[in-house]
Amino acid sequence: MQFPEHWLREFVNPPLTSAELAHSLTMAGLEVEALQNVAPAFGGVVVAQVLAVDKHPDADKLKLCRVDGGQGETLQIVCGAPNVSAGMKVPCALVGAELPGIKIKAAKVRGVESFGMLCSARELGLSEDHSGLLALPDDAPVGVDIRSYLALDDKLFTLKLTPNRADCLSLKGVAREVGALTGVPVVLPEIREAAVAGDRRREVVLDAPAACPRYCGRVVTGIDAKAPTPGWMRRRLERSGIRSISAVVDVTNYVMLELGQPLHAFDNARLHGAVHVRFPAPGEQLLLLNGQTVEPSADTALIADEKRALAMAGIMGGEESGIGDATAELFLESAFFAPGAVAGKARALGFSSDASYRFERGVDFATTREALERATQLILDICGGHAGPVTEAIDCSHLPKREAVRLRVARAEKILGIRLGGEVAARLLKGLDFSFTREGDTFIVTPPSHRFDIAIEEDLVEELARLHGYDNIPARLPQGLLAILPQNEQSRSIWRLRRLLAARDYQEVVNYSFVEVAWEQDFSANREPVVLANPIASQMGVMRSSLIGGLVANLVNNLNRRTERVRVFETGRCFLRDSQGDQIAGFLQPKRIAALAAGPTAPEQWGLAMRHTDFFDVKADVEALLAPLLARFERLDHPALHPGRSASVVLHGRVVGLIGELHPQWVQKYELGAAPVVFELDLDAVLQQPLPKYREVSRFPAVVRDLALVVDQEQPAQDMLEGLIAAAPVFVREVVLFDVYHGKGVEPNKKSLAFRVVMQDTEKTLSDGEVDAALVVMIEAAAQKFAAKLRS
Amino acid sequence: MSDIEQLVLQATTEFAGIGDAAALEQAKARYLGKSGSVTELLKSLGKLAPEERKSAGAAINSAKEQIEAALIARREGIRYAALEAQLKAEALDITLPGRGLSTSGLHPVTRTLERIEALFRSIGFDVADGPEIEDDFHNFTALNTPENHPARSMHDTFYLENAPGLLLRTHTSPIQVRYMETHKPPIRIIAPGRVYRVDSDATHSPMFHQVEGLWIDEDVSFADLKGVFTDFLRNFFEKPDLRTRFRPSFFPFTEPSAEIDMSCVFCDGNGCRVCSHTGWLEIAGSGMVHPNVLKHVGIDSEKYIGFAFGMGPDRLTMLRYGVNDLRLFFDGDLRFLSQFR
Repeated sequence: MQFPEHWLREFVNPPLTSAELAHSLTMAGLEVEALQNVAPAFGGVVVAQVLAVDKHPDADKLKLCRVDGGQGETLQIVCGAPNVSAGMKVPCALVGAELPGIKIKAAKVRGVESFGMLCSARELGLSEDHSGLLALPDDAPVGVDIRSYLALDDKLFTLKLTPNRADCLSLKGVAREVGALTGVPVVLPEIREAAVAGDRRREVVLDAPAACPRYCGRVVTGIDAKAPTPGWMRRRLERSGIRSISAVVDVTNYVMLELGQPLHAFDNARLHGAVHVRFPAPGEQLLLLNGQTVEPSADTALIADEKRALAMAGIMGGEESGIGDATAELFLESAFFAPGAVAGKARALGFSSDASYRFERGVDFATTREALERATQLILDICGGHAGPVTEAIDCSHLPKREAVRLRVARAEKILGIRLGGEVAARLLKGLDFSFTREGDTFIVTPPSHRFDIAIEEDLVEELARLHGYDNIPARLPQGLLAILPQNEQSRSIWRLRRLLAARDYQEVVNYSFVEVAWEQDFSANREPVVLANPIASQMGVMRSSLIGGLVANLVNNLNRRTERVRVFETGRCFLRDSQGDQIAGFLQPKRIAALAAGPTAPEQWGLAMRHTDFFDVKADVEALLAPLLARFERLDHPALHPGRSASVVLHGRVVGLIGELHPQWVQKYELGAAPVVFELDLDAVLQQPLPKYREVSRFPAVVRDLALVVDQEQPAQDMLEGLIAAAPVFVREVVLFDVYHGKGVEPNKKSLAFRVVMQDTEKTLSDGEVDAALVVMIEAAAQKFAAKLRS
Repeated sequence: MSDIEQLVLQATTEFAGIGDAAALEQAKARYLGKSGSVTELLKSLGKLAPEERKSAGAAINSAKEQIEAALIARREGIRYAALEAQLKAEALDITLPGRGLSTSGLHPVTRTLERIEALFRSIGFDVADGPEIEDDFHNFTALNTPENHPARSMHDTFYLENAPGLLLRTHTSPIQVRYMETHKPPIRIIAPGRVYRVDSDATHSPMFHQVEGLWIDEDVSFADLKGVFTDFLRNFFEKPDLRTRFRPSFFPFTEPSAEIDMSCVFCDGNGCRVCSHTGWLEIAGSGMVHPNVLKHVGIDSEKYIGFAFGMGPDRLTMLRYGVNDLRLFFDGDLRFLSQFR
C-alpha cells in the first residue's frame, strides 16, 4: 500500500513530522517500509510558455526559444529537446535555479546567449524520462513555482501491511488508524447521493448469495469516455502506484484507494438483461481484461448477464464487457464478495489484482453503496452524463456477522503483564470506533464492519496493546520452577559427535536436502526417490535418501577450487519411502551422520610421508565415533561403493551404516582422481553409549604370548579374532592382532596373522602350565574353525 | 712448598686439564691407585720415626682428601660438559610446525545453533525435534492457518508429488505442535531445524534454518517474552547494551503478535549500511500463543498462556561473524568453512 502524504493529511492532520507519523504507524503495526520524497530538492523552476521557436544559427540540433516565464520580460533560451514547440507549457529553470546536480547560469550556447533551461522530467529528478521536455497542461499558470504546481513537496508512504489489516488498504482506513493513535479528528470527503436522472436501470440477481451477499449497481448514460482525468487525480493515482488509464477506470481506482471498495465499470451497451452473480456452468470460459482466457473453477463466482459470463467476481473484469473510448454508458458495480469466495482464486490462475487482494482479506460491507455514490459523483464531474437509480441486491443472512466479543481487563493485564485499568481500556476502544457495553471491568465489544480480524478476546487484547504501545510494556525476566532438565547418560549429545569428527579433521558442511535425481541413482540405486512437485530447479528435484551425494559434490567443488585434501561431514535427515513410515505415514526420515575423506591423510608437512587416505584410516574414524561400542564390519555389496573395499557396520546384530571406498565408476564419472572413502551411520545408533562398568584390576603379573597363525588369504581377520576370544579361558584378558604378513616364508595364497595374547588372573599368578594350555586351546580352535596352522 | 703440597698441586692441575672420563680415571690411578703417588706416600709412613708419623700421616691424608675432592669435582665437570654437549646436539628447531593431523570445525550455522541451545538450556528450555516432511495439519491447520488463509501465501511451500497434503515444513512451528500433543504444560522448549520455502535469490535460500521457542505456563506474559528474548539477544551477541523494539505484527498462530527489531550490532543503532541507516535490524517474529493453537492440542487456553518466538540462525550467524552472503553457508567451500574452527 503506497500513497502520498498530502492525501492522508487531507483526511487527518496530526501535529507530527512525516518521520514521526511514519514511526507511530510502524509502532502501531502498520509498518512503514519506505518514506521517500516525491521529488529531490531543487528550486527556481517555474511554469513557462514557449512563445516562439527559431533555428539556432550555428547548430542544427539546437533551437532558439523565446519563453514567457512570468517574469515580466521574455527570456531567450537555447534548447535541444526534440519536442519543443511554440505554445507548449514546460518547466523552466530560471537563472539562479538549483537543480539536482547543476546550477543554472546565464551562458552562451554555441555563441548564443541563453537565460535559463527548459527541463525534462529527468532533469527535475521526477522520473527517468529524458525523451523530451516535460509537457505541462495548457491551463498550467505561467510563472507559478513548479513545486507548488505539481505538488512536489510531498512524501510517499509505503506500508507493508499484514494480512489481517485489510481495513488499512485505503486512505480512509489509514486515516482512521492515525485518528485512533493521535486523537486528531478524521474528516472524510462528503459523499452526496447523485441526483437521479431518468430511470435506466438493470436488475441484479444474487444466485450465489454466500459468495456475494450484497451488490449495488447503477447505469450512467451519456458520458464522455475520452474526457481527460484531472491532474490532481492522476497524480494521486500515480503516486499510489497505479497507472492512469482513462477517466472512468481512474475513478474506480481512485475510489478504491480512497475508501477501500474495489469497483468495476461495464460497458452498459454490451450487457444483455439482468446481471447475475452466479457460479460457472461446466466448461464455461471467460476472456479476462489481462488477455488471459480462463475456465474458472466451479466455486468461483462470476458476474454474468443473461447471455454470458462478464467478469470473475471481485477478481477481474472480462474483455468483452470492458469499457473503451467509444463507451457512452456504464454499468457501475460496487459489491461485497466474501473473503472465502475470493481467496486463492487469482493465485491459482497465476496473478493477483488490487480487487482480489482486498476482497480476500475483507472489504467493509457497510459502505458498498456509499462507494458507488462517490464514484458516480466523480464520473459525473469528470465525464458528464446522467445517473440512473441504484439497484441494490442484498442477502443479509450471508453478510459477515459481527459477533460480540467479551473482553476482561484482568485477562488482558495477565496476558500483557501490565496494569491497564478499565478506564484506559474504554478510552482505547472508543478511539477505534468499537462499540461496547461495559460492566465493571468486563466489556462486551462489537467490532465495526471494516474489521475482519476481531473474533476473540485475544484480538481485542492486541488492539489494547497496540494502542497502549508495545514500547510501554516492560521487559521482565520471568520466574519459573527451577526443575533440573534430565540428562540421559546412555545417550550422548550430537554436539559431542560433531566435535569429535571436527577434532579428527573433518569439516562440517550443510548440504541441501533436495538433490539431483542422478545422485539417488548413483549412490543409492534408488529408483523411487521422494519427488518434489514444485522444485526450485531440476537438479534439486528429489529428496535425498543418503548424505553421500552431497559430500561427493562437496569434493568435486573443492577439487575444482584446487583443494586436494577434502575431509567433510554432515548430519541431517534422509528421506525414504516406507510402507509404514514413522511420524509421517509412508515415509521414513532418519537422521544420519556421514563423512568423506579424500587426498592425503594429513596436511602437507615436513615430517610425515605423504600417503593417501585409505579404507582403514576412515575405519579408525568410525571406530572412534562408535567407541566404546564395538562394531562388526561385514562385507557389503552397495551401488555407491567398491565391492571389495566396503562394509556394512553392524552394532548389536543390526546394520547401522556403511563404510567404503567410492566405486571406481563414480570416481571416473565425477572426475575425482583418487577414490574417496565415505561412511554413513544412523545417528540414533551412534548416539547410544553404555554406562561404564567397573571390572577389577588385577594385582598379579600379566603373561604375554604371541601366536602367528597361517590361514587362507580370504579368511576375514575379524572372525579369527572373535574365534580366538571365544575359545580362550576367562583369564585371557586381551587378544590383539598386531601383524598381517604375506610374502617370503608363507605360501602364495596364504597369509600369516600375528596375535598378541595377554593373560592375567585376578586371583593368582598364572602357572606356565595354565598359560601353555590356554594357547593350545586357542590354536586348536583356530585350526578347527579356520584351518589355521601355527607358523613355524 | 713441601713435596706433598707439590703433589696436590700437580694432581689438581692434571685433573683440570683432562676432558674425558677414561683419562680422568687413569690419572686418578696414578695418584690414588694401588701404586699411585699418594698410596706410595702412605706406604712410606712406616719408615718414619713414630713421632713424625702422626703429623706426616695427617698431612698425607689431607693431601689425599684434597686430591679426591678435586677428582670428584672434575668428574662432575666432565659429566656436566658431556650433558651440555648432548643437549646441544639434541636441540631442535622448535619453530618447525607440529606434525600430524590438523583439526577442523563445525559449520558456522550449527555453531550458532549450539550457542542458542546452550543459552536457552541455561534457563531450562529443552530442545525438541520433528520431521521435515510434514503434513498440512501440523504445518498449517493446527497453527490456525486454514486452507486459503491469506497467511499461506506468506509461505511459498514445497509440496511432494503424488502425496496430497504432504509438504516440506515451512517453519519449525510444527515441532511445537507435535511437542504439545505429547507433553503437558508447563512447557519450555526451543525447536531448531531446517525449513524450506520456494524462494531463491541473493538473500533467500530454498532451505534455511529456524529456531522457534515456546513457553507455556499458568502465568506467562508478553512482558516475559520481551524480557526473555532481549536477554537472549544481549547474551548471544555479548552486548549488554543491545536494545530491542517490539512492533505489532501478524502471525496466524499468535495473538497479540510482535515483530522484534534489535539495535544494529554493527553501528549500535546509530545507522549504517547494514541497517539501511535505520539503526534497527529485524531479527524475529513472536507473540502470545493463539488460543486456537492450544485448543488444537488439547491445552486449556483459559488456564494456560504461552509465548512463542521464531528466528533465523542463518541471519544471526551472518550478523555475528560479519558474513555478507547467505549462499556461502550451503556451498561447502572449505576456504569459507575453515574460517570457523
